[in-house]
Amino acid sequence: MSAHSVNEPSSRQKWIAGALVIAYALITMIPLVWIVATGFKSPADAISYPPKVLFEPTLEGYVNLFTTRTRQTDEYLAANPPQTWYEEIVRQYDMVIVGPSRYGERFLNSIIIGFGSTFLSIFLGVLAAYAFSRFRIPLKDDLLFFILSTRMMPPIAVAIPIFLMYRQLGLSDTHLGMILLYTAVNISLAVWLLKGFIDEIPREYEEAALIDGYTRFQAFYKVVLPQATTGIVATAIFCLIFSWNEYAFAVLLTSGTAQTAPPFIPTIIGVGGQDWPAVAAGATLFLLPVMIFTVALRKHLLRGITFGAVRK
Amino acid sequence: MTDTAIDKIAQRTPTRVARKVRGLSDRAIAWLFVGPTIFLLLAINIFPLIWTVYLSFTNFRANRPNREVEWVGLRNYERILTDSDIWLNMQATAHFLFWTIVFQVLIGFALAYLINKKFRGNDLWTTIIVLPMMLSPAVVGNFWTFLYQPQIGLFNYIIAFFIGADPSSFEMIGSVTLAPWSIVIVDTWMWTPFVMLICLAGLRSIPDYIYEAAEIDRASKWRQFWTITVPMVLPFLMLAVLFRGIENFKMFDLVVQLTGGGPGSITELASINLKREAFEKWRTGYSSAYAIILFVTVFGLASIYVKALNKVKER
Amino acid sequence: MIKRALLMATAMSTAGFMGANAAQAEDLTLCWAAWDPANALVELSKEFEAESGHTMNFEFVPWPNFADRMLNELNSGGKLCDLLIGDSQWIGGGAENGHYVKLNDFFEAENISMDDFAPATVYAYSTWPKGTPNYYALPAMGDANGWFYRKDWFENEDIRAAYMEETGQELREPESQQELMQIAKFFQEREIDGQTRYGVSIFTERGSEGITMGATGALYAWGFKYENEPGSYDMAGAVNSPEAVEALEFYKELYECCTPPGYTDAYMEQSLDAFKSGQVAMAMNWFAFFPGLYADPNTGGDKIDFFVNPPQNVAASTLGGQGISVVAYSDKQDAALEYIKWFAQPDVQAKWWELGGYSAHNSVLQGDGFEESAPFAGDFLVAMDGVQDFWQEPAYAELLLAMQKRLHDYIVADQGTAQEALDKLIEDWTEVFEDEGKL
Repeated sequence: MSAHSVNEPSSRQKWIAGALVIAYALITMIPLVWIVATGFKSPADAISYPPKVLFEPTLEGYVNLFTTRTRQTDEYLAANPPQTWYEEIVRQYDMVIVGPSRYGERFLNSIIIGFGSTFLSIFLGVLAAYAFSRFRIPLKDDLLFFILSTRMMPPIAVAIPIFLMYRQLGLSDTHLGMILLYTAVNISLAVWLLKGFIDEIPREYEEAALIDGYTRFQAFYKVVLPQATTGIVATAIFCLIFSWNEYAFAVLLTSGTAQTAPPFIPTIIGVGGQDWPAVAAGATLFLLPVMIFTVALRKHLLRGITFGAVRK
Repeated sequence: MTDTAIDKIAQRTPTRVARKVRGLSDRAIAWLFVGPTIFLLLAINIFPLIWTVYLSFTNFRANRPNREVEWVGLRNYERILTDSDIWLNMQATAHFLFWTIVFQVLIGFALAYLINKKFRGNDLWTTIIVLPMMLSPAVVGNFWTFLYQPQIGLFNYIIAFFIGADPSSFEMIGSVTLAPWSIVIVDTWMWTPFVMLICLAGLRSIPDYIYEAAEIDRASKWRQFWTITVPMVLPFLMLAVLFRGIENFKMFDLVVQLTGGGPGSITELASINLKREAFEKWRTGYSSAYAIILFVTVFGLASIYVKALNKVKER
Repeated sequence: MIKRALLMATAMSTAGFMGANAAQAEDLTLCWAAWDPANALVELSKEFEAESGHTMNFEFVPWPNFADRMLNELNSGGKLCDLLIGDSQWIGGGAENGHYVKLNDFFEAENISMDDFAPATVYAYSTWPKGTPNYYALPAMGDANGWFYRKDWFENEDIRAAYMEETGQELREPESQQELMQIAKFFQEREIDGQTRYGVSIFTERGSEGITMGATGALYAWGFKYENEPGSYDMAGAVNSPEAVEALEFYKELYECCTPPGYTDAYMEQSLDAFKSGQVAMAMNWFAFFPGLYADPNTGGDKIDFFVNPPQNVAASTLGGQGISVVAYSDKQDAALEYIKWFAQPDVQAKWWELGGYSAHNSVLQGDGFEESAPFAGDFLVAMDGVQDFWQEPAYAELLLAMQKRLHDYIVADQGTAQEALDKLIEDWTEVFEDEGKL
């Protein structure tokens, strides 16, 4: 594009556009900043009126997030002085820590299920995408459309039989069950995105490899896969974000063993009322990885979003 | 990371298998590659869907395994379609769908248009705007109930500050008139970036020479906007509307956390109602019919829409 | 490296050996709601762990999600819980769908007699069909909906004088529902100690059971009945009786006149919150929370007192409370039964009450000095004398959700009239019972 292109906006236009966009971005950030800030407030500051913008930061929210506490008698408290800094925080309220909370487990479940289903989606997706891209498959377009159409299905429409099926197979509330389920949801997007990326890799590379005596398999994993790395990473992050955020299936199909963080975080309560600093702390820890991913990998992600949509 | 893992698996493939694979025709490899995906989709999407259809003709209840299952024909469908309460749920869904799409299209397009002015740092600010849509709707929705608290919530405080009212004089999620808007606001906050990104892709796909030609014809900027920019972006915009429409028709997590359908049943969207019928009342047969009705509705509307979209594209 | 592997191997074989040796020692999981008494139960159960060698794990779910998640767990045949302290209304479904283990043989073998427990609790928490000697739970926690108020405000001379001037009556613990509203109106938006206060905090929650549990407090006090004849499912004229309509209108007016802003979806936690933050003069909640409220450093002690749900036409309270059951899908039923056997002992029950759990054991309730043991103990006995419960049918969830919808639509969302709400409720319930084949 030439510097003197006719539709190159004037610097005044750029300035105004920039100011408006930045203003919108700042407004849109307020709730997110508020989540992070609330995580560092004391319960009293969190529910003070008017809302406190400046406050003395404390780790109470995080301590409450990771522990379960109980009230104790004065004698007990006097006889057992606090040993650690977090113990001291809890003592302000005449409480003692009796053990860890479930948050750690739920977070770990999110990681296991998120990464497990992402890996499986990518593994299956790459294979299918490669086949769709390179081979003549009967009814290819129909199959591709079928794969895509499964994404339109309201989760709740298939949730009932999946619930029954999982109950029968003993898959309810298991990691494997959730991994398979999320893979099934993610795979349509994975196939479509990956097919796009693989389509862009010139066939000549593989053909040259085949002539050099590579088998199809070797050509696939030694030539095509390295070329598709960027696309695979972008797709993987999409799948990961979906599984990470998913709520409807998680709330219906898990109860304890395999419950992920999204159904759990809203149920964090303190003594008397929702413990907003703890909820905010839990939300911060849960949302932050996604925020960092998004900012760090923005180039691939932004492309992926529009790409997935625009291609169809 | 992923590709090296696949690499390793491939290397570890025993030679006997490898030899077998080597001997495979391209066609066999194609089926080997596509098969697992198709199988998974059949098992977890299609088979359950067929099962749902079957259940919708019965009075089965998942919480009464011992009870006899009776074939009830179309009775479940009849009951749903003649139930006035369900029509109210549908109205709530339509209200939500319509206004979220209106706001998201207007704001999303405007933002994309501005970002396309390519000011310095637009890349980073775009990313920041995109953040909300990347986050978990349930977790964020839950936190919004805090922002909406009449006495201590930031949202009420800011609005009250600007309109000069007492923050506790209005309630967003507790009031019959404001609750439907409270869910529209949060959904718009979350998903406007999606519409924006797709519009941006549309804007960037318009080749420069079209504007240059218009410039030579001395078309005004205003005219260029309406005769070039809007028509060229329209297919993209319609696509964005399709995706948001489907997503919001299925909307569950965000709204269930925000209002839980209340007050009363004012914000009880169809899928929230469906969840209540299926997993709280355990009327499995009945709710299967409900699910099928919703599925057919969304599929039908989407197909009609896609036809319209293709016509726009052809122009 | 080899050394480490050897160590590992030793460690593993030891672990295996230990496992074989103590084959009896199980890892039990007890599921209940996340609230004050649950913490007390954790404390109490340490003794069981020490005595039996079993380990106790706990899964406590917050009330708004409790029913939803636990019933889902039972219906999916889950093995998460070995012991479940399930809500009283679940007993019908628990028994008929085979979720709970029938305890009759066990009680007989272990000499546990249901006569040792308060009859109202046995009836409500343990039996199915209602009132027959078929037991699916042991009464674990007696409970009813009661009220508490700011005693310091009620005793404040200025406030008393102002109340006298406004109403011509003494400010006291309300003796009728109408008097309760009168007091609540008096406190609504009154400045006390430089802060705006409100009248009362009541249950208005939509998602689980909140508004039903709150409104039935008024309904029962007006003489509401579910059926004309018990067991007949004949509801017209009972459910929508003139008294019921009046009671429902009363509850709506109480909600509109006298609750703090924003309490449109309030249940236990919010009610506690409103009271502890000094927003309200009175609040309703389950007796289960009273020990915690009394111990509260800010609003407890001599600043709080308690009263039983005031009568209007009759004296009645909404029943809460739960029995403890063994889940039929558990692989560790023997150990779970052992827990129940331990829990049923009189001295354990005494300790349970001491820690803040409401024992239903006669040895505790009729023991010397029970009424004096806490400021709400006497009220508890009175309340438990007149408790009424919601339907306990296997279809209870459907019945409850219908009532939740109708009540919330009318009271909070202001749709239609009380008469219409109750008429529609009968239609909903009739449909449920028809589906059940009971009508």
